[in-house]
Amino acid sequence: MDWLFFIEVSLAGLGSGALLSLTAIAFVLIYKATRVINLAVGEVLMLGGYLFFAFAAGLGLSAWVAIPLAIAGGGLLGAVVERGMIRPMLGESPIAVFMVTIGLGSVIVGFVELVWGTDPRALPAVMGNAPIFIGEAYISRKIAIAFAIAAAVILLFVLLFRYWRGGVALRATATDQAAAYSCGINVPGVFSLAWIIGCAAAAGAGILLGQIGGISPTMGVFGLSALVVVIVGGLDSVAGALVGGLVIGLIESWAGTYLGGEYKIVTTFGLLIVTLLIRPYGLFGTAEIERL
Amino acid sequence: MQIATAKRSYRADEALLTTRPQRVWMGILAATLVAAPFFLDNYWLYLACFVAINVASATGLNILTGYTGLVSLGQAAFMAVGAYTVAILEIRLGTPFLLNLVAAGAVTALVGIVVGLPSLRVKGLYLAIATIGASFILHFIFVNWTQMTNGNSGLSLPPASFMGTPLTSYFQLYWVFVPITALMVLGAANLFRTRVGRAFIAIRDRDISAEVLGISLLHYKLTSFAVSSFYAGVAGGMWAYFFRVVTPESFPFIYSIFFLAAIIVGGMGTILGGILGAVFMTMVPELLRFVVDWLAPVIPNAATLLSPVRTIVFGALIIGFLLFEPKGLAEIVHRIRRFFHLWPFRK
Repeated sequence: MDWLFFIEVSLAGLGSGALLSLTAIAFVLIYKATRVINLAVGEVLMLGGYLFFAFAAGLGLSAWVAIPLAIAGGGLLGAVVERGMIRPMLGESPIAVFMVTIGLGSVIVGFVELVWGTDPRALPAVMGNAPIFIGEAYISRKIAIAFAIAAAVILLFVLLFRYWRGGVALRATATDQAAAYSCGINVPGVFSLAWIIGCAAAAGAGILLGQIGGISPTMGVFGLSALVVVIVGGLDSVAGALVGGLVIGLIESWAGTYLGGEYKIVTTFGLLIVTLLIRPYGLFGTAEIERL
Repeated sequence: MQIATAKRSYRADEALLTTRPQRVWMGILAATLVAAPFFLDNYWLYLACFVAINVASATGLNILTGYTGLVSLGQAAFMAVGAYTVAILEIRLGTPFLLNLVAAGAVTALVGIVVGLPSLRVKGLYLAIATIGASFILHFIFVNWTQMTNGNSGLSLPPASFMGTPLTSYFQLYWVFVPITALMVLGAANLFRTRVGRAFIAIRDRDISAEVLGISLLHYKLTSFAVSSFYAGVAGGMWAYFFRVVTPESFPFIYSIFFLAAIIVGGMGTILGGILGAVFMTMVPELLRFVVDWLAPVIPNAATLLSPVRTIVFGALIIGFLLFEPKGLAEIVHRIRRFFHLWPFRK
């Protein structure tokens, strides 16, 4: 076995794993606060990539302006969706809300196809191409930078949850809505906040992903991989999203290299089903207790 | 005006059609279905056959999701299993097509039971995601089990033949598909008059209570998966005879979403809902085509806009119905009926 090659494959896997983690955090944030699985995260991610494309290539803005604008666009979408679609669905069955987000995903895909067409595009490069070597192992510069940024953002999230008032409010709402209310926490505000941050994070992940592989309307499939991550890691666990993302990234990378590209998705979903059978609430998730 | 329906026995209460207007309308519907192929042109016959296939599959999903409360996003994958079964039987053995359809249903029911196994440990969204996983794994099998499925190039099969006559025109296929679908819908409607169907509904309403009442969750959840997959398998088999080419790409994941959307739009947990939803969701994209044809002189590249607009309308329909009419088209029909029942007194 060629160890150097193995390490390179693993590094690439960790790189995409970090992006998976970042996207998974978007799921977890929204689920934790509002108990909604937002299946449109993949599509928001795609929209983020396209918004960056529109601002950077279409309007010719510099990347330093285009990136915040695209992320803000994602956040704005999150706010509108939460206020317009999710809040009216409060109290409906989780499946109904889940289906609303599926519908939302479809609308976003249609919108993107309508505006930018169905052909894949390349994003204006902002990262440069010089390869990076860790020891002797080669790693693509884009993947390394994406890893670093994703890791930094996730670290930021973890710190925010721990120390920032809004983060504490979010955790309080996730634990017990009624108690949070009676402590004077603005619960609807927290809902909005979770959707804004979640969708903004997804849009940011979309820019990073687009830098690596270009953008296309079918890019939302990445959201499905991230969904597997959160199920494996536990729907309401940030740590689960982190560990799950890296693990799935590694496994996808190994399966794709050593078994062939077509094994990628089947391995991920196989892992998903095995996890569901062994630990239905994920590795780090909280088991829900049901009483009559 | 109708004041009430007096029922003197459980039997009368359980009957499928309780009032005279209902019987009259069913008669009109049956007569229309029989007469339709003589008046429709080929394009509309094609649509009618396709609608029949989708109605059969949506009714199946409705049994699982609407009546048993187990959400599945794998209906299209189950249909694919049925389609492949039919294709393989037709090519390798050349057995009669009705037998193939039943076999497709049986094989798919077995697959459905296996896929349904996680439903014993997880439910709700987790189960929905497990079925997504299962459908991707099935897709992988269709691509890679090349001896049976011929990989990505797929299988083409000869037309179904009945007493030596090949059924090729949509007119002929109509006479096969519509009766089969009608039979399946009738079967579903009757299922919920039996012990098994009642158990499904009990599980949907509160699974723990159902178990306390002595309903074996294991048994009935898997039965529900089996019945629902049987419907999907037969629908997939009809699909195979309809398009006569089966490839792994024929049943994309979005097609599963289509069925879930159909029963939401139609009305979950009502037989009428499954039918209305499947008809509506199949027809709306087609009607958009007419809109586009009509707009073509005004907007230069109207035709290229068709596909994205369809995608948007598809999503908007799901969102719109869930937000504004969560009980679906069946509820609208119900409201219209109530209006006529109460007519002079309430408008």
